[in-house]
Amino acid sequence: MYSRTYKTAVAAPPLVWVAVFLLAPYAFLFCYSFWTVSQQAIVHHWNFGNYRQLLDNSMYPTVLFRSMRIAGSVTVLSLLLSFPLAYYLSFHSRRKELLYQLVIIPLWVSYLVRAYAWKTILGSDGVLNTLLQYVGVTQHPVEFLLYSPFAVVLTLTHIYTPFTFLPIYASMEHIPRNFVEAAQDLGAGPIRTFWTVIFPLSLPGALAGATFAFVLSLGDFLAPLLIGGPSGIMISNVVVSLFGAAYNWPLGAAISASLLLLVLALLFLVERIEKRLSFS
Amino acid sequence: MISSAQPAAESSTAATGGVEPLLSIRSIAKRFGSTTVLRDVSLDVAPGELLTILGESGSGKTTLLRLIAGFEQPDGGEIHMTGERLDQLPPYRRRVNTVFQHYALFPHLSVFENVAYGLRVRKVARAEIPNRVEQALALVKMTEFAGRAPAQLSGGQQQRIALARALVNQPKLLLLDEPLSALDANLRRQMQLELKSLQREVGISFVFVTHDQEEAMALSDRIALLRSGQLEQVAVPREIYNRPATAYTARFIGQTNLLRGLIENGVAQCGTVQWRCEAPDGPATFSVRPENIRLCDSTDAASRDSMRFRAVIRNQTFGGPTDLLELACPDGRALLVRIASRGNLAGECEFEFTAGDAILVKD
Repeated sequence: MYSRTYKTAVAAPPLVWVAVFLLAPYAFLFCYSFWTVSQQAIVHHWNFGNYRQLLDNSMYPTVLFRSMRIAGSVTVLSLLLSFPLAYYLSFHSRRKELLYQLVIIPLWVSYLVRAYAWKTILGSDGVLNTLLQYVGVTQHPVEFLLYSPFAVVLTLTHIYTPFTFLPIYASMEHIPRNFVEAAQDLGAGPIRTFWTVIFPLSLPGALAGATFAFVLSLGDFLAPLLIGGPSGIMISNVVVSLFGAAYNWPLGAAISASLLLLVLALLFLVERIEKRLSFS
Repeated sequence: MISSAQPAAESSTAATGGVEPLLSIRSIAKRFGSTTVLRDVSLDVAPGELLTILGESGSGKTTLLRLIAGFEQPDGGEIHMTGERLDQLPPYRRRVNTVFQHYALFPHLSVFENVAYGLRVRKVARAEIPNRVEQALALVKMTEFAGRAPAQLSGGQQQRIALARALVNQPKLLLLDEPLSALDANLRRQMQLELKSLQREVGISFVFVTHDQEEAMALSDRIALLRSGQLEQVAVPREIYNRPATAYTARFIGQTNLLRGLIENGVAQCGTVQWRCEAPDGPATFSVRPENIRLCDSTDAASRDSMRFRAVIRNQTFGGPTDLLELACPDGRALLVRIASRGNLAGECEFEFTAGDAILVKD
């Protein structure tokens, strides 16, 4: 057994860190969301005006739903990409380590660089448009590629797929191989084995991966800023502008707080489901 | 007395007795990289037979089982089942089922669904499934556990479900990979008996892998002893115990004394004792089981066909019904002797064994 002093000494620094740099800012944010702005100054007058404004002004729900739609699309797409990849790597690849590293390497590259890369690919004199015109598919550059929700979904899927892949791969690696052998032994071919044994046993990983992709995409503001255009604006961009040019911190704080509650509710729900899905 | 010291020849097909074998393994070889795991293994399994593949860890016994199940591909040789080439089929097309060492029950399915798995896969009529599952569960006395999850069962109960899950498919051959090794000693003995009576009841051939020689003797119709990838001896338990072909077999199955001696003109000489032995001249090794050496009472008259020698009792270990004595002979040999339990012994005593108890074995 370790002494009380030792345990306190170990636990104190991270607890202080979390309190000062995480909990305190959140508390401030929460307070701000109940204050108001008048004549370019923040007035400490407690009221629900900001939250009422969120519901009354149709722009905010619209942007929020768009953000959720984009995050949902990113989640579905990265699941569709990650599942076969993880399955192949975990169960059928002879060069597991190498391929695993290849999936991980993009994570070492700056987010900004990857987002910019898509700008070069999708832009009107970008790689894709040049190719399409060269091949003769179109005469003029295709405009919807860049500055659209589509571009945001594509970029975010590219950026967050490793985050979905990793937990799925990890949960597949944890499936004892004799489960697969048992299924085959009982007459199940590869496809049946996948759907009846591997898929259900990797669902907890898939759920964790989906949560990463959804939550990270929902709060993203760089990809929509760089390649989203006006039609690709997401909720975080609104928050950024409210804290910046618009100088309406209280309203920005109210949106942030709402988003935070939404995400926390989602995480809570996911944890409940995950408990049901795990067996061992 | 003339000892019948002829090491039993390879009798891999002995028990088949002319009946068409169910499973026929022909000159199977298997390598993993540069390591040869199995070399020229040939073995038949008769219908309704319980055959044990016995061997130390690393002897290749599990690999042999996995070759039959189809989880590994042989590098040479063929496997046939009822005249059909088996080794080229994927595991899911073989009429063979396996009970895995750690049971491998699907954790996300109930006991019922685990047992029903094979039936559903093989498209057994939906209405028939509950009946078949119930029958299989009744066979292993687990009917009331149908609704449980595998994680809620003890090791022994999981073991039974694994058996039911395999047997419900009515395979021609059931493979069991050290299925009892995870159970504690008492449960294990009980399961051995149950397995054996279950096998009689269903009449399916069992191939049972184990490293436990006592388990092999208790269960098997025949034992195939594997030694570093090759069959050392295949015989019924009594024969393999009473007539081990090699020194390795004699030592691996039960305890034994290996006496190194010399045969000259039909007489075997070993230390101070000698007896008639019709075998070619030259150095020879004999196996004498500890229970075949008797402690002589001073009043005993020496019978003509027994060899007597004197030795000092170095140690006596109480083992319930029997005592194990460690002897030191005057020529320095150490011998083990098992006698019915009696009070403490000490000092020098006289012992005897008969020529028939000294089995000539290959080194």
